Amino acid sequence: MYEGPVQDLIDELGALPGVGPKSAQRIAFHLLATDAADINRLITALQQVAKGVRFCEICGNVAADTTCRICGDARRDPLLVCVVEEPKDVLAIERTREFKGRYHVLGGALDPLSGVGPDQLRIKELLGRIGRDEITEVIIATDPNTEGEATATYLVRMLRDFPGLSVTRLASGLPMGGDLEFADELTLGRAFTGRRAV
Amino acid sequence: MYVRHLQVTDFRSWELADLPLHPGPTVLLGRNGQGKTNLVEALGYAATLSSHRVASDAPLIRRGAQRAVVRTAIVQDGREVTVELEITSGKANRALLNRGAVPRTRDVAGILRTVLFAPEDLALVRGDPGERRSFLDGLLALRAPRFAGIRSDYERVLKQRSALLKTARAAKSNLSTLEVWDGHLAAQGAALLAGRIELSAALAPHVAAAYAGVAPESVPIDIRYRSSLGEQVPESTDVTELEQALLEGIARVRDQELERGVSLIGPHRDDLELLLGEGPAKGYASHGESWSFALALRLGAYELLRGEGSEPVLILDDVFAELDRRRRGKLAEVATAAEQVIVTAAVGEDVPAELDGDRFHVSNGMVTADASA
Repeated sequence: MYEGPVQDLIDELGALPGVGPKSAQRIAFHLLATDAADINRLITALQQVAKGVRFCEICGNVAADTTCRICGDARRDPLLVCVVEEPKDVLAIERTREFKGRYHVLGGALDPLSGVGPDQLRIKELLGRIGRDEITEVIIATDPNTEGEATATYLVRMLRDFPGLSVTRLASGLPMGGDLEFADELTLGRAFTGRRAV
Repeated sequence: MYVRHLQVTDFRSWELADLPLHPGPTVLLGRNGQGKTNLVEALGYAATLSSHRVASDAPLIRRGAQRAVVRTAIVQDGREVTVELEITSGKANRALLNRGAVPRTRDVAGILRTVLFAPEDLALVRGDPGERRSFLDGLLALRAPRFAGIRSDYERVLKQRSALLKTARAAKSNLSTLEVWDGHLAAQGAALLAGRIELSAALAPHVAAAYAGVAPESVPIDIRYRSSLGEQVPESTDVTELEQALLEGIARVRDQELERGVSLIGPHRDDLELLLGEGPAKGYASHGESWSFALALRLGAYELLRGEGSEPVLILDDVFAELDRRRRGKLAEVATAAEQVIVTAAVGEDVPAELDGDRFHVSNGMVTADASA
């Protein structure tokens, strides 16, 4: 145990996800040795986040303004909407540079154990968007786990009555650049079920 | 297949144990509390990555030690494979296959295949249905590893759905998503159910034959899979049909489920019925009959696996003391036919003479080969 503020700092850092007691200690002593200017930048960043992060009014992604960069970009295809769980999923898909449409961030997945139902997710906003804007395809890109799959099923049920709207789900299967032998049984099994004619 | 070498470090009571093994029978002799069972438990752990005695890994590590290590050298079809498992308390375990690290520990599960019969197995006959479901699911995963994934997915869906039912009862809301969870419960449940029904049917003749072997004078036995769907369960093991039947079953008990806040239909409410003659074994079977039934379930599983590919290693922990002379002889007949069988006993006289092979004495934390054998 260290004395006073240093231990307080270590305790606070250690409470963050992915940071164990050893890493917390390392970060704390790194901060002690850092310039005051750098520390102030960190403090300002934290304060700004604490004051309230803004979320895009359209898609729910984190934004610097009332709408996010993607929703404000006229070059993006307004007919396509990709539904994801978290803002970090938007980043992941953006890195592919394959998708030219827009996003809708749900803010999680159906998770009754944690008390998350459809009302806690931005599903109403999604339905509103589809009713209001001209959208032809919704791509469901929730996580391929129990909760993500349940959310996908729920969305399909809600979306199937919109005329002329096609609803698709991301394919699941083998990772590229990997060896077949290293794939786990579940993924390989899925890849078999979802095989396509060539 | 057979285990050529077993070495454990800081496992249970053992600081170090080194056991060279051969095909055929091996007998571990020693007074109670000397660590015989700990050695066969290590073998079972190397096969299934779980202990047959405890649910958590912490008790497996010797008191005062940081981690336990189980090393096995397994020979299959003339090729030798080494599997090394490092069990660390409170941290992820590590596995090495032929001295190389594997990405996931469970990749080494099932390389060694064992069928282990231990005194705890009496709970298969006398215990709750959960014991028998675990027995079936464990055997399913041995035959087709994908069932391990199906079962854990099913349990996850079940937890979520039960949580929803509980809150729905209180708040009368969120019911819009219940049908979504119904669908997933039925889909995963049907896959599990199909596997279990098929397995029970394949296992039944082997278990009946094994029982007739160890208890020839007793009434015949049978096993039957009993689904929570009752009579509505389709005859086939077609997953789509079962899924439909589960969905219909769930719809029938909707009000009851909402009232009680639990999931009432699905493989988690099923049982493997054990029949002794015309009636149920539970509550009616004598101690000897229960014991023989439990043994027959394991031996049946052994015969089933043996008929389907590589022969598993048979492990009989402290079983001969419970059997009379005639049954001992019958069991010895089965055991001597096995490619490798490992037997533990407190006294040498309990072990039938037919099982002559390697003998080891286990005492004071030492394993010594029996010179007289």
